[in-house]
Amino acid sequence: MYKILHAENLAGNIFLMQVEAPRIAKHCEPGQFLIVRIDEVGERIPLTICDYDKEAGTITIVFQPVGASTERMSHLKTGDSFIDVVGPLGQPSEFIHEDIEELKKKKMLFVAGGVGTAPVYPQVKWLHEHGVDVDVIVGAKTKDLVILEKEMEAVAGNLYVTTDDGSYGRHGMVTKVIEDLTAEGKQYDVCVAIGPMIMMKFCCLTTKKLNIPTIVSMNPIMVDGTGMCGACRVVVGDEIKFACVDGPEFDGHLIDWAQAMKRQAMYKTEEGRALLKLREGDTHHGGCGHCGGDK
Amino acid sequence: MADKLTKVPVREQDPQARAANFEEVCLGYNKEEAMEEASRCINCKNAKCISGCPVSIDIPGFIKEVKEGNFAEAYKVIGKSSSLPAVCGRVCPQESQCEGVCIRGIKGEPVSIGKLERFVADWAKENGVKPEPPMPSNGHKVAVIGSGPAGLTCAGDLAKLGYDVTIFEALHQPGGVLVYGIPEFRLPKDKVVAVEVENVKSLGVKIETDVVIGKSTTIDELLQNEGFEAVFIGSGAGLPMFMGIPGEISSGVFSANEYLTRSNLMKAFRDDYDTPIKTGKKVAVIGGGNVAMDAARTAKRLGAEVHIVYRRSEAELPARVEEVHHAKEEGIIMDLLTNPLEIFADEDGWVKGMKCIRMELGEPDASGRRRPVEIPGSEFEMEVDTVIMSLGTSPNPLISSTTIGLDVNKRKCIIADEEYGQTSKEGVFAGGDAVTGAATVILAMGAGKAGAKGIHEFLSKK
Repeated sequence: MYKILHAENLAGNIFLMQVEAPRIAKHCEPGQFLIVRIDEVGERIPLTICDYDKEAGTITIVFQPVGASTERMSHLKTGDSFIDVVGPLGQPSEFIHEDIEELKKKKMLFVAGGVGTAPVYPQVKWLHEHGVDVDVIVGAKTKDLVILEKEMEAVAGNLYVTTDDGSYGRHGMVTKVIEDLTAEGKQYDVCVAIGPMIMMKFCCLTTKKLNIPTIVSMNPIMVDGTGMCGACRVVVGDEIKFACVDGPEFDGHLIDWAQAMKRQAMYKTEEGRALLKLREGDTHHGGCGHCGGDK
Repeated sequence: MADKLTKVPVREQDPQARAANFEEVCLGYNKEEAMEEASRCINCKNAKCISGCPVSIDIPGFIKEVKEGNFAEAYKVIGKSSSLPAVCGRVCPQESQCEGVCIRGIKGEPVSIGKLERFVADWAKENGVKPEPPMPSNGHKVAVIGSGPAGLTCAGDLAKLGYDVTIFEALHQPGGVLVYGIPEFRLPKDKVVAVEVENVKSLGVKIETDVVIGKSTTIDELLQNEGFEAVFIGSGAGLPMFMGIPGEISSGVFSANEYLTRSNLMKAFRDDYDTPIKTGKKVAVIGGGNVAMDAARTAKRLGAEVHIVYRRSEAELPARVEEVHHAKEEGIIMDLLTNPLEIFADEDGWVKGMKCIRMELGEPDASGRRRPVEIPGSEFEMEVDTVIMSLGTSPNPLISSTTIGLDVNKRKCIIADEEYGQTSKEGVFAGGDAVTGAATVILAMGAGKAGAKGIHEFLSKK
C-alpha cells in the first residue's frame, strides 16, 4: 500500500497528491511517469510525476478527473492509500543527459497547458537547480484554473501566464503567446510543450512555422507501462514507438496527431458509460441500452 | 469395465455453455477416476516418462501412491521436483513431454499423467496439505527478478534450502504469464495460481510487487546496496511483435498481450472491474500458437465471431492439439493459409477490414516446416472490427541494458549456461523465456531449478 500523505484540491477540479513511494522517489528524473491503481478492482492509470523528494521518499502527482477512474481517485483523502504505485517509468527528459554548460547557452521555452503545468514543473525545477533558467508559458482556460503559479515562479526565468478568457495574465491561447514572444524579439532553440493532445498539436503547428524544434510528452492509453502490450503505440516519423518505453517525450514535429487522437478516443464510450454509472448509479437505464445496468 | 488401452475420459464443460463463460473448461478427475487411471500405469523400471519431464518428476512413484489412494504421499513425491503441480498439470504440453514417451502410448493411449498430477495438486489444496517445510535459514540473501514460472520455481527451490529469497515483480500481482497471459478458463487465477504462489510464500519467500528492475532499482544496486549475494533473472519474454503492415496503428488493433492482460490480469471481462475491453463483433486473431488460441477463445467468450488467420495449414499450427480442438468445439473459425497484407480503418480510425492473400505451402525452410508462399492474384478483403496480433514475443531489453556486464545475444536474449543458468556476470543467473525466448511453462520451471542449483553451488563456495 502507498499512503497518501497529502491530498489537496488545487483549483477547479484539479487535484494534487503527495504519496509515499521511496523506491520511485529515489530513482525518478524529470520527464518520467508512474502508474497508480486505486484498489483491487481499479484500472492502471498513468500519471506524470510532478515533484519528488528523494530524502523523504515521496512523489507528487497532479491530475484532473476525465473518466470514471480519475473521478474515483479524486475522492481519495489524506491518509488513504493506493493499492499500487509503479515507477518511475519511461525515459527521462533528454536534457538531463546534456552538458550543463551547453544547456546554459540554449534558449529554452516550456509551454504548459492546463493540468500539463504539473509535468512541466519538475523539468523547469531541475534546470533551475542546475543553474539554467528558462522561459515558461502557462496557459489555462480561466483564472481559477491556473495551478502551481507560485512554485513555477520560483524556478522559471520568465513566467508568462495566459488565460483563454483573459481573466488573468495575458489573454489568449498559449500558441498566441509563443507568437507574441517571438514577435517581441525572443528567440528559442528548443520548445517543450506539455498538455492535452490538442494543445500540443497546435503548439507544434506554431513552432513548426517559427522553426523551433519542439518536444512533446505523449499521453496515450496505457495498460502495463513497461513495454509488454503496445497499447500506447504512437507514430513518430516513419516509425511506430511505444510511448511507455521509448517516450513519453518525442519530437513533436514528427508525431501523427490525427492518429494519436483517434487512438486516445478508443474507449470513449466505455469511459463515458463507466462515469455515468459511477455518478448516477443504476438509475440511468433509459434509451441508450448500453449502460449494462438494466439486466 | 475400463478399456486399459484408452485414458479414463476427463469431464469437461459442454462446448456451447463454456463458450459463453470464463469458468474452467476441463473439470478434472475425481478420486475414483484418478485411481482408475493410475491403475493403467505399469510402473516401468526404466521409466521413460521421467526423462520426458523437464523437471524429472518421479512419475511412476507418485502414480503408485494415487493408485493406492495415498494422495498426500503422492503430493509429497511431486513436491520434491515441482513447485507448481496444479499449474503444470493444466498447461504443460504433455503430448510432447512425459505422455509423449509413455510406453502405454505405443499400443493405445498414454497414461494421463498431466490430469493425474492436476488431481493430486487440487486434492492437496482442498485438503489443506502444504508443501514440506524449508530447511533452517542459512542467512544468504538472494534476489529473484520476475515471479513467473521460472522465478517462482527458483525461489521455491532456494527457500527449501534455507535461503532468504525476495522476488521482485513489475506488475501488481505475482505469477507472470500465469496471471496475465493464460486465461481463467484454462488456469483459474484464485483457485490455482494464487494458491501455488501462497505455497511458495509459505516457504518464506518474500514477493515485492510494483518493482520494475531497470527503473525502480537495478540489479547492480541490489547486489551493492541491498545486501543480495546472488540474483536470478526470470523476467520472461514479454515484448510483443507486430507485423509492420499498413493500418496496424488503427484503433481496434491489439497485441495479444494487451488483449489478454486486460481480460486476465485486469479482469476486464467482469462488470465489477474498472478496466475496459473492446469486445468487437467480428474479430481476427493473427497467428496460430497457444496465445492465439487463448486470445481467440477470450474474444469468443466476450461475444464475438472469431477467426484464426494463419499463414500455414492446420498441421503446422504451433498450438497444442487439445487447445485447437477446444477452440474449434467452441466455434472458432479457422482461416488457414491466409495472411493479412493491410488493415483498413474507417474515418474514426477504427478497424473495418483487412486485405488478405491466400498462401500455399512450398519447400521446407530452415525450421523444417514447409514455407508458406503467396498465391499471386488471390488477394481478398475480410470484414472485421477487431484485429489481435499474436505473432510471438521477445525479451524486454530493460534489464540487460541496465545491468553492467550482462551479455545478450542478437535476439536480446540473456546468454546463460543451461545446466546452472550462469550468465556473463558473476553472481547473476538467468533462465526461462529471458534466455530462450518464448517457450513453455515447464521449460521455464526447469530453468528455474537449474538457476537455484547454480546459485546454491556459487554461494556454498563463498
